[in-house]
Amino acid sequence: MGLFERILVIFQKKDVTVKTPQTPAPIPVAEPAAPPTEAIPAERAPVVEEQRPAVPPDEKEPTTAQPDIKEVKPVSDKITAGHVHMSGCTGCEVALADNYAGLLTLLDKYVDWVYDLTLIDVRHIPEMDVALVEGSVCINDRISVEEIRETRKKAKIVVALGSCATYGNITRFCRGGQQNQPQHEAYLPIGDLIKVDVYLPGCGPSPQLIRNVCVAAYLLLKGNADQQALATAYLKPLMMLPERGTSACFCDLMYEVIDQGLCIGCGACAAACPVRAITHEYGKPQGQRDLCIKCGACYNQCPRSWYSFDVVNQYESIMETIDAAMEP
Amino acid sequence: MVQDIFLGNYTSCVAARSTNRAILAGSQDGGIVTQLFAFALEEGIIDGAIVAGPGDEPYRPRPMVATTVAELYAARGTKYNICPNVSFIKEATRSYGLDRVGIVGTPCQMQAIRKGQLYPVGLRDVPDKIALAIGIFCMENFPYQSIVQLVEDHANTKMENVVKMDIGKGKFWVYTERGAVIQLPLKITHKYEQPGCHVCLDYVANLGDVSTGSVGTPDGWSTVFVRSKKGNDVWSKAMAAGCFETKPIEEVKPGLELVTKLATEKITKNRKTLEERASFGVAKGLRNPYI
Ligand SMILES: Cc1cc2nc3c(=O)[nH]c(=O)nc-3n(C[C@H](O)[C@H](O)[C@H](O)COP(=O)(O)OP(=O)(O)OC[C@H]3O[C@@H](n4cnc5c(N)ncnc54)[C@H](O)[C@@H]3O)c2cc1C
Ligand code: SF4
Repeated sequence: MGLFERILVIFQKKDVTVKTPQTPAPIPVAEPAAPPTEAIPAERAPVVEEQRPAVPPDEKEPTTAQPDIKEVKPVSDKITAGHVHMSGCTGCEVALADNYAGLLTLLDKYVDWVYDLTLIDVRHIPEMDVALVEGSVCINDRISVEEIRETRKKAKIVVALGSCATYGNITRFCRGGQQNQPQHEAYLPIGDLIKVDVYLPGCGPSPQLIRNVCVAAYLLLKGNADQQALATAYLKPLMMLPERGTSACFCDLMYEVIDQGLCIGCGACAAACPVRAITHEYGKPQGQRDLCIKCGACYNQCPRSWYSFDVVNQYESIMETIDAAMEP
Repeated sequence: MVQDIFLGNYTSCVAARSTNRAILAGSQDGGIVTQLFAFALEEGIIDGAIVAGPGDEPYRPRPMVATTVAELYAARGTKYNICPNVSFIKEATRSYGLDRVGIVGTPCQMQAIRKGQLYPVGLRDVPDKIALAIGIFCMENFPYQSIVQLVEDHANTKMENVVKMDIGKGKFWVYTERGAVIQLPLKITHKYEQPGCHVCLDYVANLGDVSTGSVGTPDGWSTVFVRSKKGNDVWSKAMAAGCFETKPIEEVKPGLELVTKLATEKITKNRKTLEERASFGVAKGLRNPYI
């Protein structure tokens, strides 16, 4: 898959500086034969980050090699990420924060948070490895359009975070008239304007899905060969979703699952629906389509919309890997 | 750990039945599901379990969050039609406030649970709260109306009269309260099956923490696969507490051989269905959900 190779090339370039020290650097994730449970051994924790120069992230040179090869635990071992706020309710960002202590672990070990209008005083979208975009794009607002274009230019990986960014969600129903920009009436999911690499749907996306994707993204970029394979398999379905398109609602569940004779009445769609629009009548899902907000949770939660045996059969070791990675 | 392409991964496989006669009296087979949940509930391993409780019509199940042993008892026995247990998985953690949820379900429902733990799109806070997922073997399921048709048109009795239904020994069995036993050849039942079951590639609930079914063991007993760490933990505690009487699976008839045979048949047949779907129309196929 082209994107993975692209990602790997980009980051291997970075890792060259990491791996040059004469004494083999103790980077446990690079040991090839580590079983998944010990994916992130505890020794990882005491990172010498404090020694980092306090360079404001937006001024930092993104991928150029740092010449100081004495640094055993280089800054570049973390990935840089940020939150781009388009037209959304900030619920997706709250979902990220709802990882509580887990968020601190993520920031501590895996991610340098470089851009976030609500949290960081950085005005312009900087270069970053991963941009998490929340919200759809108001195409009547010049700045929003510029920013989403800018995001695509500055981020290596663009993740559509939440249902407005992926599928439009509630903003599909906007007809304008809201003060103080009543003329703002047309909103599109970001995939209608830029190429998106990963979908992370949900209204709001669950904190655990955000966590899982963050850990997988880190392992993909920084892990050993086994971990990369696992992370690739895990992320693959979410990377296929942008290709599928920018619409998913109860109707898609009808078109692609129920009408295709695939539904087995498991109930996952009803459990996932944030507005309780789905009930089961004699075992089969019925959607109250007037309630449907077009978030795509039912479609994506359904085991018969997409399902990877490769990944799900390994659920136990993947969950253990994630738990180990999230140890503070 | 045994790894088998048809039977999944498991650490042990035994023939078992509950040592509690009250449970056995209303259970389908060896009372494994009800006994294990009851034990887990009493030990605080789970706070409640999602089971197929009684619904508005006879043998029409409704998912129920059982938080007492009495409620578990009320849900004993197999209902051969769809019970969307997974629909309660978020509800159980929210409205019912359970931190440790038990759930029983068919293989597809176990798949939904595990996909949901790895990709919790709309399952906020659910993934870490699944404490015990018990899978039941399943060759196929039926819409409720199919069961009505089988019981009332083919077996010629009323739904209200039925006290047990079973599939085994190549027959669909209907037992009535007045003691009649009606058997229908599976040839008759096949066409009434739920179509979605025909692309299912799992017979023995490979993704349950523990999975169980009747096939492989004598009447009144169950075949039990202990699969995950969680499953192993609760199973060994329940064994230590004397909840189950067991025999090595090698010592019972027909044993694992039959389980393997049926699993192989189901999966092979359904793989073929998937292939046929790929060229269903003219230069157009039907969707394959597996990626
Ligand atoms: C549709 C269906 C098909 C099956 N096919 C096979 C088969 O081919 N081979 C085989 O060996 N076993 C099959 N079984 C399993 C078997 O019938 C028993 O359910 C199993 O052995 C458990 O028995 P027990 O005595 O341990 O459980 P019990 O103590 O009787 O408890 C059974 C539990 O299953 C729940 N349950 C009942 N009906 C459903 C349902 N429709 N959906 C979800 N949960 C339900 C009940 O609420 C209860 O909690 C099937 C079960 C179902 C529901
Ligand atoms: S989640 Fe999919 S398979 Fe399950 S009941 Fe809903 S539509 Fe059917």
